[in-house]
This record gives sequence, C-alpha cells and structure tokens, in this order.
Amino acid sequence: MSDPEKDEKRSMTQKAVKRILILLAHPSLERSEVNRPLAEAAAAIEGITLIDLYAEYPDFQIDIDREQQRLLEHDVIIFQHPLYWYSTPAILKEWQDLVLEHDFAYGSKGTALHGKLFLNALSAGGAEAAYRAEGYNHFTIRELLQPMEQMASLCGMRYLPPFALFGARTAVDEGRIGHHIDAWIALLEALRDQKLDIETAQKLAGLNSDLNRLIKEA
Amino acid sequence: MGGLLFQAFIYLCAAVIAVPIAKRLGLGSVLGYLLAGIFIGPVIGLVGSETQTIQHFAEFGVVMMLFLVGLELQPGMLWEMRNRLIGLGGLQVALTTALITAAALMMGLYWSVALTIGLIFSLSSTAIVLQTLNEKGLSKTEGGRAGFSVLLFQDIAVIPMLALIPLLALPELVGGGGDSLVTAAESHGDAGHHHKMSLVDGLPGWAHALVVLGAIASVLLGGHFLSRPMFRFIAESRLREIFTASALMLVIGIALLMTLVDLSPALGTFLAGVVLANSEFRHELESDIEPFKGLLLGLFFITVGAGIDFNILFNDAFTILSLTVGVIVIKGLVLYGLARAFRLTTTDGWLVTLGLAQAGEFGFVLLSFSLQNQVLPAELASTLSLVVALSMLLTPVLFILYDKLILNRQPESDERQADNIDETGSVIIAGNGRFGQIVNRLLVASGIQTTVLDHQADIINMLSKVGVKSYYGDASRPELLHAAGIESAKAVVIAIDDRSRTLEMVEHIRRHYPEVKILARAFDVNHLYLLNKAGVDIAVRELFDSSLELGKATLKAVGVHPFKVEKMSTAFRKHDESGMNTLYELWDENTEMASNKAYLARARELGETLKEMMETDRMQLHDRSERGWTPPPKHYTKDMGE
Ligand SMILES: Cc1cc2nc3c(=O)[nH]c(=O)nc-3n(C[C@H](O)[C@H](O)[C@H](O)COP(=O)(O)O)c2cc1C
Repeated sequence: MSDPEKDEKRSMTQKAVKRILILLAHPSLERSEVNRPLAEAAAAIEGITLIDLYAEYPDFQIDIDREQQRLLEHDVIIFQHPLYWYSTPAILKEWQDLVLEHDFAYGSKGTALHGKLFLNALSAGGAEAAYRAEGYNHFTIRELLQPMEQMASLCGMRYLPPFALFGARTAVDEGRIGHHIDAWIALLEALRDQKLDIETAQKLAGLNSDLNRLIKEA
Repeated sequence: MGGLLFQAFIYLCAAVIAVPIAKRLGLGSVLGYLLAGIFIGPVIGLVGSETQTIQHFAEFGVVMMLFLVGLELQPGMLWEMRNRLIGLGGLQVALTTALITAAALMMGLYWSVALTIGLIFSLSSTAIVLQTLNEKGLSKTEGGRAGFSVLLFQDIAVIPMLALIPLLALPELVGGGGDSLVTAAESHGDAGHHHKMSLVDGLPGWAHALVVLGAIASVLLGGHFLSRPMFRFIAESRLREIFTASALMLVIGIALLMTLVDLSPALGTFLAGVVLANSEFRHELESDIEPFKGLLLGLFFITVGAGIDFNILFNDAFTILSLTVGVIVIKGLVLYGLARAFRLTTTDGWLVTLGLAQAGEFGFVLLSFSLQNQVLPAELASTLSLVVALSMLLTPVLFILYDKLILNRQPESDERQADNIDETGSVIIAGNGRFGQIVNRLLVASGIQTTVLDHQADIINMLSKVGVKSYYGDASRPELLHAAGIESAKAVVIAIDDRSRTLEMVEHIRRHYPEVKILARAFDVNHLYLLNKAGVDIAVRELFDSSLELGKATLKAVGVHPFKVEKMSTAFRKHDESGMNTLYELWDENTEMASNKAYLARARELGETLKEMMETDRMQLHDRSERGWTPPPKHYTKDMGE
C-alpha cells in the first residue's frame, strides 16, 4: 500500500473523491424506522457502496475474499447499525472475526487498511442524556464503542467518533428524522469530497453536534 | 441316502446345540464345534470312521478361509502394518518354531519330526482369537492390533508350510496315505503315481516350472482383468444365486487349477483373494463365500473333536497335560518378549501373550496333512492333536486371567490409554443414486471413511471410474452388511430407492445391531412414521429440503429480504416438525393414514381444510419469525430513569 500521507496530498491536489463503503447491519429491516431511510438516502449518493450484510449473508457464511476485496477498493469504512446491547448486531461481529485476518488487517504484513477512515453510524433507543456518567447507561457512546476504536487503531485506520441518533424509537413520531437524514447526507458527501476536518473531528465525542463547523467549504 | 441324511443330521444337530451354548458360556464357536465333535464321537460314539473322509472334504473350508484372508488384505493396509506384520509376526513364528523344535529334539525326536511339530505349534488360533477380541471389544486396542498382525502373518505362513511339510516325509512311513484337498503338493518319490489328474506329470523340469508359472500368472492376470467384466455381467442379471454360484466356481476352479499343477490350492485362492481385494465385488464375494467357509470349518472342527482319542489322554494324562502347559508357556514367553521388544504397554503385551498362547486350527490342518504325507507317525499325531485341542480349550481361561489379573490391576487412566481408538468410525451408505451420492460426497469430504453399497453394477462401475470406493451388492442383505463391516460401523445411511426395503433394513439392523446409528431416506410422511416406528434414528423426507430451498429462492426472487426469508424458512421447518410430532403420536401404522380417525380429527383440529391449514401456517409463522429483534416499545425509555 502506498503511504497514506502522500496519497492524501496527491488526492488533495487532484481533488480526487474518496470511495465510501457502508456495511449495514440490521436483522429486521422491514420494521426499521431509522436505519432503513438512512440506508436508502446513502444508497442514492454517488460514489457510495452500501452493503446490506444480513441480505448478503442470511446464513452468516461471510465470503472473506469478497469482503477483503471491498475493503481494498474503498477509503472510508462505515459500520451502520442500530445499537444492540451497547454494541453491533451479531453479523458485524462475525464480519470482524472473519474478514480482519492477520497479515491482511494487522500483523507485520497486514497493512491493507492503513490510512483508511473508520466510523460507526448508529441509532440508539436511549436518549443522549442516558449516555453519560450520570445517566443510567453510565458511559458515552464513544466509550462504549472502544473495542471498535481499538480495532481501527490496530488495523492502522484513522478513527472518527460515532455519528449517532438517540431516542431512535420516537425519532419519526417527533419529527427528528428529517434533520438527521440531511446531516447524514452532508457527512457522507464531505467525507467523499474530503471536506471534513479530520483532525478536529477525531477529538470529539460524536460527529453530530458540530458537524457544520467540521465541514470546510471548498 | 438314508445314511447320509442321518449323518448330516447328527453333525448339524450337534453343532446347533453345542455352538450356541459354547458362545453363551463365552467359549467361542470354535470350541463349541470341538465340544460337539467330542460329544458325538468319543463320548457317545454316534459317528465313527467316516469322520476321516468328511474331514478331507471339510478341509476345503481352509481353502476358502485363505481366500477370505486374501480378500481382506488390501495392499495399503498391508503396507501400514508392515513393521509389525513382518517383525512381530515373523519373529514370533521363527522363534516359537525354533524353541519348540529344540524342545522336541531334546525329547529325542527325529529332526524332521521335531521341525514339523515346531511349525505346527508356532501357529495360534485366528478363529478363536479374532472372535474373542471382537466380542470383548479389544480388537481396536494396540494389543488387539498387534495380535492381528501376528495372526495374519501366521495365516500367510501356513502356505509355505504346506509346501514344506511334504518334503519332510519320513522314509519309513512313505507308501500309503491319501490325498488332501488342501494341497496336492505330494511327497516326492513313488507316492506321486496315484494321482489321477495332473498337467505336469512326466514333464521335464523346465516345462514343469513353466506350467506352474503359467498357472499362477493366469490366476493373477485373470483375477485382475477378467473377473470384473465377468462379475459385472453376472451382476447385471440380478440373480443372487448365480452370483453365489460364480463365486464358488471361482474358488473351486482355482483350487482345481492349483491341484492340476501340484501347487497348494490354499496358495492359489489366497492370491486370488488378494487380487480381488480392491475390487468393487469384494464384499459381495465375502458374503457369498463366508457361510460356506463357516460351515465347512465348523464341520472340520467337529471331525477334529470326534477324532480325539481319549484313551491316549486317560492313559497318559500327565504327559499330555504337561506338554500342553509347556507349549503355552513357551509361546507365551516368546510373545511377551516380543511385545516388550516392540514397545507395547504392559496391558497390551499381556493381551497378546495370553491371547495368542494357544495352538490353532491350522495346527489341526497341518497335523492331518502331515499324517497324509507320512511326515508324522499316526500315534504321535493323535497325541499332538490332543495337545492342540487342550490348548485351545484353555484359551477362554487365559482371557479370563487377562480380564481379572491384568485389566483390574491397571489404574483407570492407563486402561483408557490402552483403548485409544484412532478412528472416528466408519459409515456404510446403502444406495448410491442421486441421493446417496450427495451424502457420500459430504462425508468423504469431511474425512469420514465410507463404504458404499449399490445393487446396480453400472452405478458402481461409474463410481469406481471417478475414484469413489464402492461395492456391488444388494444392501438389504444382512450378510452383505456384515461383510461391509456393520459391526464396527458408527452409522448406516439407507438411501436406496425402495420404500419397503428401506423399512426392512431398518428393522433388521435395529434388531441385530442396536448400537449403530441408522439414518434413512423417507419418501413421505407415512414412510417417515413407519421408519420411526421401526427404530430409525433419523429419517429425512427426500423432497422436503429441496422444496423448502426452492420456496426460499422464490421468496427472494419476488423481493423479500433474504434474512427475513431465512427466518421464515427456519420457522416453517420448526412449525412443520412440531406438527409432525404431534400427529405421529396419534398415527397408527396399521391404519392407512386417510382412514385413521384420530389423525383426521387432529388434522381437523389444526385446520379443517388445506386452506385453514395454510392459514394456521401463516399466523404461526408470523409469530415465530417476528419474535426475534423486536424493537422495544416506543416510549420504553420513560420508565428507565432517564
Ligand atoms: C435486541 C435489541 C437490543 C437493543 N439494545 C439497545 C441498547 O443497548 N441501547 C439502546 O439505546 N437501544 C437498544 N435497542 C433499541 C434499538 O437501538 C432501536 O430499536 C433501534 O436503534 C431503532 O432503529 P431502527 O428503527 O432502524 O430499527 C435495542 C433493540 C433491540 C431489538
């Protein structure tokens, strides 16, 4: 793999677009109120590959070669999922266990993912207030997702804080979904066109609140 | 005619009574036959001098036994065993022969007599030992395997012994005597002229050699190239008795050919067996010849028993008993020494030692053969046959010693180790059409050893072309299952294309081999229930899964989410299964399903009509498949103390 920094410089000068891979994991999409519209919106954006893991592998027989090839072909990797028991639905765990092989994703020869960006885009039933030390969930979402932050780090990827929708069960009824979808589209386009201030973003607890400030105008 | 029937009746009667009793007492069938012979001969005197003639005839059982031994010997298996076979087996025969010969010489016997005795007592009883090991479940232990190698070597060594013994003829005895079916290699000299048929009489030495080589070559080449097309042709006629006839014809024909060129028929059939060991007809041949061999050998043992001269025993009990003990001790010492030298554990070493210390059935064969060839004086021969018989009679006692003294002394863990069985167990697959083939491919790919049986010669032919190990034979025949090794199989898969045969097989196997797992192909629900009733472990409806797969594919094709399809089909399968189980309890195999009131009532309860049944499907499936990953209610966080 080429040096990520050089890569970045070259693409900056050429204004090259980044290729984005969204791995969607939702085991009952027909009942989804949040993740389905988000996925549909993402799929409509040019330059984005959306993979419905439960559709592709309903029996969990994940094709390792195909998934690794996909990783190689993209620069930004996103896990999109509802928060299930403070983590991802099962198939994303299976995906990690199978696809992130030694000497591919980590280890002395495992440099395939170096320099790529990684983030979680998730919906949580609980309110944002619950996801802090004083709340009943006691931890922030970023803290809860630390295994994935460390996964990214071990694989040499640059980790971005989660893009999350809280109170997801009532988001539609309370009319909060439209704004969230717009933010989601803006985030994806900024990532694609390299307009996101990565350095600043990496220090935040989440991407939602300051999204507008993070996106640089061209 | 009447006399013949009477004799046949007496022999059969003795066998039918004595053998099952002997088996029940843990003595094994060989001892049963011997005891039967002793009873009808020396004890009540029902049979007399004709046993001699019958014995010659019955010796043909030995020829068949060697054919079967040959059939078991696949080159690969031989190669794996080579060290033990040649090292352990060879040394055992050589050392025991040497020690016993030396002992006989010290007793003042002539050297050729001493050597013959050495050879006779170097052999152990394959029949008794293998059967006992099997019965006790010891055949897969290290000790059992080592014992098997030794026995196998001995069985093969019999062939050169049969060739050697005539050369040891005592000059003063030569003159009379008959011929034997076991071998026609006669004592050289004047005795040769009484042979009626021979291809080599009067030929010069080089021509003789050529004819002999030609005969062996024709057995090897014919066995390799001609037998398959011939068996295939016969198999296609689907007449079982003709196949049996052809198997017998083959064995007898080869025996005859060998006799004509003055070679041992046992050697010839053994070679033919080895040549056919890799053939797809192996198990069918085995199952055809096996009963004849069993009966003839049984008859042979009966005549041996009947011929035992108890006067000798009573007149000289001390000598006979001390000779017997002497033989057992010498053989035991050799075996124990070798077992240790070949690094067997103490337990395994004792198994070999105590198990193989007796003399064997081939000892009888060699004795009667030596007698015919004027190698041993008659009186000595009958003393020795008493010794052989007594040592065999003592075998169960030695095994009991092993059980009580050796096994009990070993700590549990040590015994576990001795029982270390390295195979996962093999699987027999009956029927290799479109159904069985897939089962077989999956098992073979998973490294499971399979034995495939099919009754269509062309399928077997096609399979062997693509390298699948398969055998011809009607899998519903118990003998064929036996020959295919059902005793040691972990599971039997019945995938044949025949409802009622499948059912018969399940019943038969369940009755005779309660341990083995039976998995069967069911044609429909009714068949499935019948199979359950017959004791099948798992039966699968042949069309259920493929129909379900096609249903799933259709759902996906019309746009249902694949994971939803997965959930639906899983739910459908469960729903269908539980319905089947409730109905099975009501189902009565004697009544046609349609007229079974309870069943109908229950079916009505589940849904008056097919339409209702499907309505139930829909509702139940919905519930089952919707349960997973149900999101919590909208305002669930309200009561969580946010
Ligand atoms: C199995 C399961 C586990 C869940 N675990 C959590 C959790 O740990 N924390 C949380 O905030 N919400 C949890 N939820 C609520 C989901 O996050 C919420 O239903 C989802 O984000 C709604 O998105 P959707 O409309 O796309 O399905 C859970 C829901 C399910 C079904």
